[in-house]
Amino acid sequence: MTNGSNGSAPAATLGRVVTITSGKGGVGKTTTTANIGVALALQGKRVVCIDADIGLRNLDVVMGLENRIVYDIVDVVEGRARLRQAMIKDKRLPELYLIPAAQTRDKSAVSPEQMQSLCADLKKDMDFVLVDSPAGIEQGFKNAIAGADEVLIVTTPEVSAVRDADRIIGLCEAAEKGSPRLIINRIRPSMVRRGDMLSVDDVLEVLAIDLIGIVPDDESIIVTTNRGAPAAMDPQALAGQAYRNIAARLTGHDVPLMVLKDNDGLFRRIGNLFRAKPA
Amino acid sequence: MSLWDRLFGSRNQASGAVAKERLQLVLVHDRVKLSPELIETLKSEIIAVITKHVQIDEQHMEIELTHGKGFQKLRADIPILASRDGVATRRMH
Repeated sequence: MTNGSNGSAPAATLGRVVTITSGKGGVGKTTTTANIGVALALQGKRVVCIDADIGLRNLDVVMGLENRIVYDIVDVVEGRARLRQAMIKDKRLPELYLIPAAQTRDKSAVSPEQMQSLCADLKKDMDFVLVDSPAGIEQGFKNAIAGADEVLIVTTPEVSAVRDADRIIGLCEAAEKGSPRLIINRIRPSMVRRGDMLSVDDVLEVLAIDLIGIVPDDESIIVTTNRGAPAAMDPQALAGQAYRNIAARLTGHDVPLMVLKDNDGLFRRIGNLFRAKPA
Repeated sequence: MSLWDRLFGSRNQASGAVAKERLQLVLVHDRVKLSPELIETLKSEIIAVITKHVQIDEQHMEIELTHGKGFQKLRADIPILASRDGVATRRMH
């Protein structure tokens, strides 16, 4: 395990606060946060994931830590718990923690200033603070980016998700969070090949921001989420590999984009048909 | 785009390409935040300025938002009314 750049020296370098957001709901923000968190922890980084979707707590079930919640983010902000008490440790990995959202409160329970100081405290002890943003462009989103050093935007190759991503990019730039980087999720190579899905290049041309990774539409995401063990923990899962690649790029490694295989293409099926015949 | 393409083109085009075109168009409007009313105002003010100097065909004038590579642009297409000897044709009022 590496100690990153922090080590235990008193003059430690600060960690990075990375917010994962999208505008549109249901594109995979929470799954992405959980998987990048796991993938960074697998690299030996000290990682805390914050569920900033107050009132609609979900990161806990995706990470498989729902049975261990005692305190949540609102308890910390309102002084009922110390930060460390609200950090649930994922025992499967050396240094991965979750700060869950409150389930019985709403977005107004936390202010952007409180979020900022929470992130500032956490990055003293962590290499990465990942913030899972709620959908939308209202206060929950503003809270989620308040403490961010950088922003990752998740989209799917659909008009509604890409349109909302464009809006979020504008808001991040207006909030002086720099240019966000893009994750294109749920790509179906066979649909792209027959021209019935926006390609990675199409989405990049429309949004004109940097890409940090692509994730195939993979059943393993559903299976691993069912079990509460994110796909990034599974060496066999294709989407897990995609998330490990994104985590590698986040830590400065130059990893080529995953080549997505087209398993159910018509040509392939015809090819198989011919191959099945005796020569 | 010809009338034929407008009517039948997109039916044969793959849906991914249709999605991209529609997105590019809608994002031009989202990004610039120019309402159709504001575009109408712009149009009448442009007409007022230009007609001080040149006779134009207001009926066939077009002004629209469109996009280039990485930027939005306002495109105005303003036909000028001119006779063969170079003197602007006068319309009767």
